Amino acid sequence: MKMGRLARIAAGTSLALAAFAVQAYTETSGGYNLPTGVTDLSKEVHGLHMLIFWICVAIGAVVFGVMTYSIIHHRRSKGHKPADFHESTTVEILWTSAPFIILIGMAIPAAGTLIKMEDTRNSDMTVKVTGYQWKWEYEYLGEDVKFFSTLSAESNKARQLGSGIDPNTVPNYLVDVDNPLVLPVGKKVRFLVTANDVIHAWWVPEIAVKKDAIPGYINETWAKINTPGTYRGVCAELCGRDHGFMPIVVKALPEAEYKEWLAKQKGGDAAAAPAAAALPATVVAAAPAVTATDAAPAAAPVEVAAAPAAAAPAAPAAAKDLSKDELIKKGESVYTANCSACHQATGKGLPPNFPSLVGSKIVKGAAIEHIKQTLNGKGMMPPFKHLSDLDIAAVLTYQRNSWGNSSGVVQPAAVAAAR
Amino acid sequence: MAHHDHAHDDHAHDHEHHGPEKGIMRWIKTTNHKDLGTLYLFLAFTMFFIGGLMSLVIRAELFHPGLQFVDPEFFNQMTTMHALVMIFGGVMPAWVGLANWMVPMMIGCSDLALPRVNNWGFWILPFAFSMLIGTLFMEGGAPAGGWTMYPPLVLQTGNAFPFLIFAVHLMGISSITGAINVAVTILNMRAPGMSLLKMPLFVWTWLITAYLLIAVMPVLAGAVTMLLTDKYFLTSFFSGAGGGDPVMFQHIFWFFGHPEVYILILPAFGIVSTIIPTFARKQLFGYDSMVYAVASIAFLSFIVWAHHMFTVGMPLAGELFFMFATMLIAVPTGVKVFNWVATMWKGSMTFETPMLFALAFVFLFTIGGFSGLMLAITPVDFQYHDTYFVVAHFHYVLVPGAVFAILAGVYYWIPKWTGRMYNETWGKIHFWTSAVFINLTFFPQHFAGLAGMQRRVPDYAVQFVDWNVQSTVGAFGFFIVQFIFIINMLACCYGWFGRKQGLPDRVWDGAHGLEWTVPSPAPYHTFEEPPVISDNELTAVHDAVDALDHHKLS
Ligand code: HEM
Ligand SMILES: [Cu+2]
Repeated sequence: MKMGRLARIAAGTSLALAAFAVQAYTETSGGYNLPTGVTDLSKEVHGLHMLIFWICVAIGAVVFGVMTYSIIHHRRSKGHKPADFHESTTVEILWTSAPFIILIGMAIPAAGTLIKMEDTRNSDMTVKVTGYQWKWEYEYLGEDVKFFSTLSAESNKARQLGSGIDPNTVPNYLVDVDNPLVLPVGKKVRFLVTANDVIHAWWVPEIAVKKDAIPGYINETWAKINTPGTYRGVCAELCGRDHGFMPIVVKALPEAEYKEWLAKQKGGDAAAAPAAAALPATVVAAAPAVTATDAAPAAAPVEVAAAPAAAAPAAPAAAKDLSKDELIKKGESVYTANCSACHQATGKGLPPNFPSLVGSKIVKGAAIEHIKQTLNGKGMMPPFKHLSDLDIAAVLTYQRNSWGNSSGVVQPAAVAAAR
Repeated sequence: MAHHDHAHDDHAHDHEHHGPEKGIMRWIKTTNHKDLGTLYLFLAFTMFFIGGLMSLVIRAELFHPGLQFVDPEFFNQMTTMHALVMIFGGVMPAWVGLANWMVPMMIGCSDLALPRVNNWGFWILPFAFSMLIGTLFMEGGAPAGGWTMYPPLVLQTGNAFPFLIFAVHLMGISSITGAINVAVTILNMRAPGMSLLKMPLFVWTWLITAYLLIAVMPVLAGAVTMLLTDKYFLTSFFSGAGGGDPVMFQHIFWFFGHPEVYILILPAFGIVSTIIPTFARKQLFGYDSMVYAVASIAFLSFIVWAHHMFTVGMPLAGELFFMFATMLIAVPTGVKVFNWVATMWKGSMTFETPMLFALAFVFLFTIGGFSGLMLAITPVDFQYHDTYFVVAHFHYVLVPGAVFAILAGVYYWIPKWTGRMYNETWGKIHFWTSAVFINLTFFPQHFAGLAGMQRRVPDYAVQFVDWNVQSTVGAFGFFIVQFIFIINMLACCYGWFGRKQGLPDRVWDGAHGLEWTVPSPAPYHTFEEPPVISDNELTAVHDAVDALDHHKLS
């Protein structure tokens, strides 16, 4: 029949056109489509994505083709008379079962990939990822290496409301951090993902890993990166005001370089921290309970030798008193990196959840309470034990002498005593 | 009623009832399904306007990278309120409004079964939404944890928190009363001869929607009550520290939430299945299979909820189950689309505004269905989840899906409601501009999401700027052209621009159904005596149509 052939030609043509358009789009740029990624699984995921996409394009071409043909030809203005068929069991069965079979064809490879993604056994090493409002903490289990990773200072400055800084002038605007997560290539890295306050999600597209970080839960996932490089991701679950400002950077290094990096971290030498920001990667002596769950091979705890046993970080600096001005100057940068997200650059906070520090009871009151709350946290405020005595002393002095407050100086020794 | 006798005198011909009361009390006290339908529709469009303004705040901030206009906290309040207002204040009341107007007229009864409940169900809503929107002015601002209200984040809400919960309860009560009313009416008050499998599809889809509402609104009520006690009464349903589980909230929420998304779309299926046969002048293809498809979609909607939470760390078996079940939904959805296309096939189509919106629905809802199918593939959903790809998906099904169907329905029935014809030229202009702008708004979001832009953020990395510029331009354009619609419709209501009444009963020559057997405008009370129904009226194309055709063609 003439009509049927025309319909097929129309469908075929639209299919070809759609295919061409989409092909042009997906192949010319990385900015239009899922990245292929750098793990075997990310490539499989990309393959599934393209497969299901083409299935949709094909079905769409047929359906829209027939519909368009009908709209063009079966119109009253062309004198077309309505036919009076209105049901056909055969046709209904056909177009119920055909999609069903296509879906089975899709479900099988998808299930295969999913099973592989969920298989976290036989990992070579484990990193515990903890989400905080609004930063990430990485802990290399069994290695005694643990540090925070926050939005880079440059991005943080530019992203303030009305900062006047053009984001285009900031390298890697919003997807850069002070301390990236460093990983070796060719190793199966298991991630244990959890959170401290609210739910976050740790997502790095190029390794096809996205896992919710949930307080009270430890989720497992894994990746084995094939190619050295820097891979950027973001927090993918709404986690409050600065949800858009807690990026993830994974730096994948060849194994030897990774080992070198790791050794430096264990040296406890703040100067060797991965980046030049205010928050040094710190060595924490006490191994958390979770470590026991994982038999991380290679590095034995003995290697911690270089770290002064059980000493608080930066203890030497804590010994001598500093001038008020020195403390305030240092305190300001510590404040911007750690406190301003909640308490705001103005100190006014975002009441009622994030109280104002201007004229606050704690800031005006005895230094010891101020120190204790900062070390231990309270309610929604996380503990800041990981900061050095000097940093805490500086930031407290800054708070006690800014925004019209004036309630004296806190010295590192006082912080050390309160720990 | 005290005024009964008085009104009786004015309407001597009306032996039982009286016309509407005068003034504002008419609207406050009314129990008439048509009045309440009108009130619901006015509320819905007011909420679309408010929710639309909120989306413009969002789109303005996202126009360029960097924060230009609002604080991130306020941005989150806008996304949260936008969703709540649009879903609970816009789409759902619009469906109830259309059900109020059309269900009694379609099944041949005089009113809904429970008219006073109907009045209450409506009047709860203005209070609920005043309260919800009022939280914007409270200390700590409006809720900002997303419309999904996940704990622990939602527990950080300031003073607005109990008002949020109370508002959700009120909306739930309103929805449940509306649903019970519609279901009871459909099951008990059909005119003789209107068997279940002869009901118009809009009635069918609403009956199923009513059951979904009755089943899941109490679940939502339970979930938010647990949030309330967690915050104020020291329970810890959702807090790991107290032996509870934050993920349990997500399971409960989505057990409500997935049927909810079908509550938002099933009546749209009914409207499109009504409009396409009218303007194709051909009976709906596969009526029975349409009913079964809607019923299967409704059933499946109860067993796919966890596809919204593939990344929470479910066991593998759970992930596989929810992937397969979700993929299954594509089968009945496909059947519906194929049936619509088969209805058009070899019809005698004309393209009045309601038909244009219905056709755009079929195209664009299907695109939303395709991205839905992609999202169902669990290993790939890990990449899509919580990105702009999902935002594009659900806006394709909600805006050119549900909202276009609402617009199509209003254009289709406004001549019946008011007795005045809308302006066709402006209707077509409204359609084409809306169609262009809505695609400009949402199509680029697929690309932004695939390229890595996560959702619910006020700012983004500079490589996403092109997509966002397009999206923002589209959103502002779409918002502005809706005023064409508003003026066109108000002109029908109030007879502006010299629009005269005097349309035939059967406004559209290809239309069938009982509503087209009563005068235009439909009298305040219709079908006080049950009509005698011929099958011809319900399903077949009228003999009269052919004659009319000849007339117009020659
Ligand atoms: C073919 C039918 C459909 C399929 C297969 C489907 C599938 C999905 C899936 C898998 C998700 C989860 C995406 C993610 O968060 O990773 C999703 C999200 C969503 N869908 Fe659909 N969907 C369909 C139709 C609809 C319809 C008809 C509506 C509403 C009228 C709808 C509204 C939504 C909404 C609002 C979300 C976002 C939920 C959120 O806040 O995260 N979907 N859909
Ligand atoms: Cu987060």
